[in-house]
This record gives sequence, structure tokens and C-alpha cells, in this order.
Amino acid sequence: MNRNRLLDLWVGLFVLIGIAALAFLALRAANASSFAAEPTYTLEARFDNIGSLKVRAPVRSAGVIVGRVSSVGFDAETYEAVVSFRVNARYPFPKDTSAKILTAGLLGEQYLGLTAGGDPVMFKEGDTVRLTQSAVVLENLIGQFLYNKAAEGKSGDDRPAESKPADVKGADVKGAEGSR
Amino acid sequence: MAERGNVPPAQAAGPVRARTERLGAWTLQKIERLGFAARFFLAILRFSGPSLRRFGLVMREIHFAGVLSLVIIGVSGLFVGMVLGLQGYETLVRYGSAEALGTLVALSLVRELGPVVAALLFASRAGSAITAEIGLMKATEQLAAMEMMAVEPLARVVAPRFWGGVISMPLLAAIFSSVGILGGYLIGVVTIGLDAGAYWSQMQAAVDFRDDVINGVIKSCVFGVAVTWIAVFEGYDAAPTAEGVSRATTRTVVTSALVILALDVLLTALMFRGT
Repeated sequence: MNRNRLLDLWVGLFVLIGIAALAFLALRAANASSFAAEPTYTLEARFDNIGSLKVRAPVRSAGVIVGRVSSVGFDAETYEAVVSFRVNARYPFPKDTSAKILTAGLLGEQYLGLTAGGDPVMFKEGDTVRLTQSAVVLENLIGQFLYNKAAEGKSGDDRPAESKPADVKGADVKGAEGSR
Repeated sequence: MAERGNVPPAQAAGPVRARTERLGAWTLQKIERLGFAARFFLAILRFSGPSLRRFGLVMREIHFAGVLSLVIIGVSGLFVGMVLGLQGYETLVRYGSAEALGTLVALSLVRELGPVVAALLFASRAGSAITAEIGLMKATEQLAAMEMMAVEPLARVVAPRFWGGVISMPLLAAIFSSVGILGGYLIGVVTIGLDAGAYWSQMQAAVDFRDDVINGVIKSCVFGVAVTWIAVFEGYDAAPTAEGVSRATTRTVVTSALVILALDVLLTALMFRGT
């Protein structure tokens, strides 16, 4: 078969453009860092409520993404959510690091925030984060606010207002001390 | 390949029985055709070795199916991206999140519109031409002549066209998505005046290489196999007349479009099911 140089040139150009388009999608449109599979270690954290945290949600510390949530499960014995997440091996965290579920912006996606402690011992693969704080659920927050308002307004009211403020107290304690 | 004639209708029996028999014959014929198509697919794979070794043949088909489709793919990609930019901006600005335009444009293109629309265009631009070419070769008895000369038409004619299409399709889809993202950029950043940094950084934060880009490429590979398989099969199976070739060409475009959309539902359900 005789070579057709013009045809070869066009096909070569086409393949080049195609590969360039793929490279553009990989490097410019996607976050290219994620496919350079860097070594990670897996940690676990237990929460009373994870809100709408999803698999692949970012794990941030000081606002920088240091890992990703790898799985979200439910423990049928303690009725807690079990969140596993992978942290880049470049970033070791001390044993008394605390994990919070936070929201980016007012209505943005939820992410796992890590706040480092001062323990000299670092986490190892498979460790559990002891200090956790659950997600803030907007409905509970509004409910608490309304109850508090009602309680304030009722100081001079004739109706006995014991049961509801007591409830609010209970909710308050739970909300603030979701950490353990 | 077996000769498949129409089953003679039952004349002597009653109208109900005749109709039932016609329905049965039609069903059997369709199933038989599907079986033939599957056997044909295996035969293409069996004869791929020799035709891939003569890569010049495949090159010619990549030129035909890929290079010559570049213009329509590029221009359509640009327009689709621009429309996404306009429509996406209209919707997002109501929720005060116009910065997410880059995410919207990139995810829609990379996950769905790139592979699907490129495959639909590819089926109507290249698939129909492949069917017409092979069908006409059959109608003018060129395929029979090749067999007489001990040249296997599957290896010489069908397999190179199949591989040319399969190789071109993912490249075309990637080009479509890239040009579309640039089209969205033209509308969002250049025309409307969003921040260019936000457009790219929001996109990069949301688009994942493995989950989105690679899955899009897998989709377009699957579509490429499906479309070119349908195209070469319809051409090879066409009735060897002018009318037969024209019907086969129509069937290629219609079947390809349906198969692409049906496969897309399946693949999307497999790949992107929410967790």
C-alpha cells in the first residue's frame, strides 16, 4: 500500500486535537490533582447527625482540602452515623484533632472540618476521631429560636411555661454537646 | 451468511390465524436478525486482527469518520456550549449563584451532552455514510467480487470502518465537550461579564477527573461501538437495491439514535447514581 501523506497528516492532526481536548478536560476543566493517586490514610468519625454530608465531600482543615469522605454508614447499635474519610498522607493530624460538619456558605455543600489539637501522637490508618460535632440542622435551629422567643414572651403570661423551656434546655445541651 | 426469506402467509386458514402467524413470523424474523447482528459482531472482531495490521485501511476510515466530522462536531459543540451558558445564567442568577455557571456548563457537557450529542451527530454524519457505502458495494456486487478473489470483505471493508468509527468517537466527544466549555466561557465571561477566575475555579472544584471525565470517555466509547456496529451491519444486511440501501440508511440513523439514548439511561444509572 502506498502511503498517502496528506491523509496521514490530517488523521494525525485529528488525533492530536482529540488528545489535546482530553488533556484540556482533564487539566483545565477537572481538578487534575485527583488522579495523581497520592497515598492517603483512612480515619473514622462518629456523629449524632451528619446533616446532608455526602460521599466524596471534601475534608478541610484551615479551609484547605486535605482529603475526601469515602463512606457514610449507620451503626445500628449506637444509632450513630459512621463517616470514613481519607486524608492525604502528607498531612498527619494529632490524636486530639476534632471533626465538625460545616457548611460552605449559607446554603452550600457540607464538608468535614478538621481542627488540629496539640497531641504529639499522630493518627494512624484506621483510627477514630474522638472529638466530633454534628451538623447544624436548620429546622432544629429555627425550632430552638422559636421556643426561646416564646419562652421570653411568656414571662408575664398566665400559662405555665415549664414543659417547653425544659425541652429547649434539653435540645440545647444535645446540640452543643454533640461532641464527646 | 444464511438466506432469510419471508415466511409465506397462511392463505387457507382463517383471518385470526393468519394474523397470528404473521405476527409470529415477524417476531421470529426480528429475533433472527438480532442473532445475525450478534454473529456479525463476533465475525468483525475475528477479522479485526488482519485489518488492524494493515493500519492504512483504518487510517482512511478515521479520516472519513473522524476528520471529516470535525467541522460539524466543533460548530455544534460551540453552539451547545453557548446555549448552556445563556440558559444556565438565566436560571442561576435567580438564585444568586451565577458563579456556578462554569460548573453547570462543564458537568452537563462532560457527563451527558458531549458523549450523547456527539454520538447522535456522528450517527447521522458518518454512520449513514458507512451504511450507504457498504450497502451500495453490496448492491453493485463488489462484495461478492471480493469473495470471488478470496478477499474477505469483512476484513477488507467492514472491520476497518468499524475500528475507524470506534477510534474516532471518543476523540470527537472530547472535542465537543472542550469546544462547548469554551462556548460557555464566551457567553458567560466575555459577553455577560462573569469573573473568569470564578468560572474556571468553580468548574475545577466540581468536575472530577475519574468520576466525570473518564466516565464520559467510557460512555462515548460504548456509543462508538454501538453506532458503528449498527452502521456496518445495516449496510451489510441491506437489500441489494437502491430502495434497500436508502431504507438501510434511514434505519441506521433511527436505530442508532434510539440505542444511544437507551444506553445513555443505562450507563448514567450505573455511573452517576447518587449516594
